[in-house]
Amino acid sequence: MASTDTTLPRPDRDTASDAAPGSGSDTASDTADVGAGLDALDSVSAQRSSLGEVLRQKALPPLIGVLVVLALWQGAYSLHVTSSYKLPSPADVWRSLQDLWYQGTLLSIVWTSVWRGLSGFLLAVVIGTPIGLVVARVKPVRTAIGPVLQGLQSLPSVAWVPAAVIWLGINDSMMYAVILLGAVPSIANGLVAGIDQVPPLFLRAGRTLGATGLTGARHVLIPAALPGYLAGLKQGWAFSWRSLMAAELVASSPDLGRGLGRFLEDQREFSDMSGVLLGIILILFVGIAIELLVFTPVERRVLRNRGLLASGK
Amino acid sequence: MTPALTTPADAPGADAPGGAPAVRISHVHKSFGRPGSQTHVLDDITLDVAPGEFVTLLGASGCGKSTLLNLVAGLDEPTRGSIEVPGGRPALMFQEHALFPWLTAGRNIELALKLAGVPRPERRAEAERLLELVRLNGAYGKRVHELSGGMRQRVAMARALAQGSKVLLMDEPFAALDAITRDVLHDEITRIWAERQLSVLFVTHNVREAVRLAQRVVLLSSRPGRVAREWRIDLPQPRRIESTGVADLSIEITEELRGEIRRHGQH
Repeated sequence: MASTDTTLPRPDRDTASDAAPGSGSDTASDTADVGAGLDALDSVSAQRSSLGEVLRQKALPPLIGVLVVLALWQGAYSLHVTSSYKLPSPADVWRSLQDLWYQGTLLSIVWTSVWRGLSGFLLAVVIGTPIGLVVARVKPVRTAIGPVLQGLQSLPSVAWVPAAVIWLGINDSMMYAVILLGAVPSIANGLVAGIDQVPPLFLRAGRTLGATGLTGARHVLIPAALPGYLAGLKQGWAFSWRSLMAAELVASSPDLGRGLGRFLEDQREFSDMSGVLLGIILILFVGIAIELLVFTPVERRVLRNRGLLASGK
Repeated sequence: MTPALTTPADAPGADAPGGAPAVRISHVHKSFGRPGSQTHVLDDITLDVAPGEFVTLLGASGCGKSTLLNLVAGLDEPTRGSIEVPGGRPALMFQEHALFPWLTAGRNIELALKLAGVPRPERRAEAERLLELVRLNGAYGKRVHELSGGMRQRVAMARALAQGSKVLLMDEPFAALDAITRDVLHDEITRIWAERQLSVLFVTHNVREAVRLAQRVVLLSSRPGRVAREWRIDLPQPRRIESTGVADLSIEITEELRGEIRRHGQH
């Protein structure tokens, strides 16, 4: 307890007994000065690195990774590891891409899938979010469907395709149904996990401020659970995209717009291996691009605002 | 120099200077667990806080002081007895700042204002005023993680004041701060308490802090928590935690507190 006796230089310290009456304003301004000094000493200032540095640290390593893969691929092709109709060269695949571009179908194929994927994903967000909220906050519901919801995540969504075809026929609704069955559980689970990780202190603080019920959910619970929720959304997008590709691969109908999954299956039917590889690369590319363009910036922003991201990362 | 006047614990209300109290705790019992295997945390607590009074609740761990504060805050219900806070929902400050990290300092305060029903156009200016009150002019746009521990507690204080309640409950709000910062915040809370004429119920296990701040120190015994003794403190404010007046009384109260703790080692 004696540790409070620090030698802090104070103008009226020699009075040493009780607070000297009359020096009230002195004490107040002294307090303000000491307080300001402490603030200046303790505050942290975030530093942001320059664009060049970011590019070098962030963009260079993956670029090198891609180049290494291309080099290995080209090497395997040049050494004739297998026959060239099974393993075309990177240049062959590039030519397939050019052909598709000059036919004028590339953008429409990609857009058909991206549109389906994103609108299906948004629908999954609209459905998955309230489910997640209810499962997280209502005990009996959690006991009843929590485990099922978690189990559903490990069910490959391609397993739903036959059922969806029988229920809905081969059309866009069936595609959306498969996306929803794939993405809703992971979005709901992400939100549940996010809510479970909310420090109880925030909820207590919210309640003392008068944020209860829906107001509390809007102003405290959901923002507090946002990092976990975002992780769930990211996974939800990955599941949407996978489910859609599975559905497009399996379902073939002239009424359906031709997306990437269909394109891939068509190339297989033509035994055009460079087309098949192009299809795979395009599917991978779109999945990564959406994640990098949509989710990563949002996630980084959220984490940075909360001080959960070390500076320079 | 005998600054302290001690009153026996069983004379509740002996100090009420007329008028309705800001907080009235009457015969409050609190137990947790199922019938049969209950833990009694609070046993027949009766305590008033007069309007404008600064009361510290002092006790060792397990005396249920935080539980009592939760009851007064309305976060929990007493098992028996009643708690009245005529002025409406009191403000509460925690040991951790409990600021929302997804909002800036200013927005944290504005959220409290919004929930208290302050119309939107007035919020910004009022938040700036409150930040000024806790001497954090210019911190409006700062994120919580950019603030030091002492600054965070001051923003938390501003947020608590934004609720507009005259009753402020504080649950060891300075326990996690270093001694110098705590010293500064003692001065600040004393100033704000006087300026805003708040009624404060302040929980702590730090005897000197209790004596430094309070007009009345209430000592709780442990398991179950009971009011063991009260001290009225007439030393003028602002006091210094290292002053002899505070030290003398702290020694006396510490002896009493140790006595309370010792009783638990004997059975």
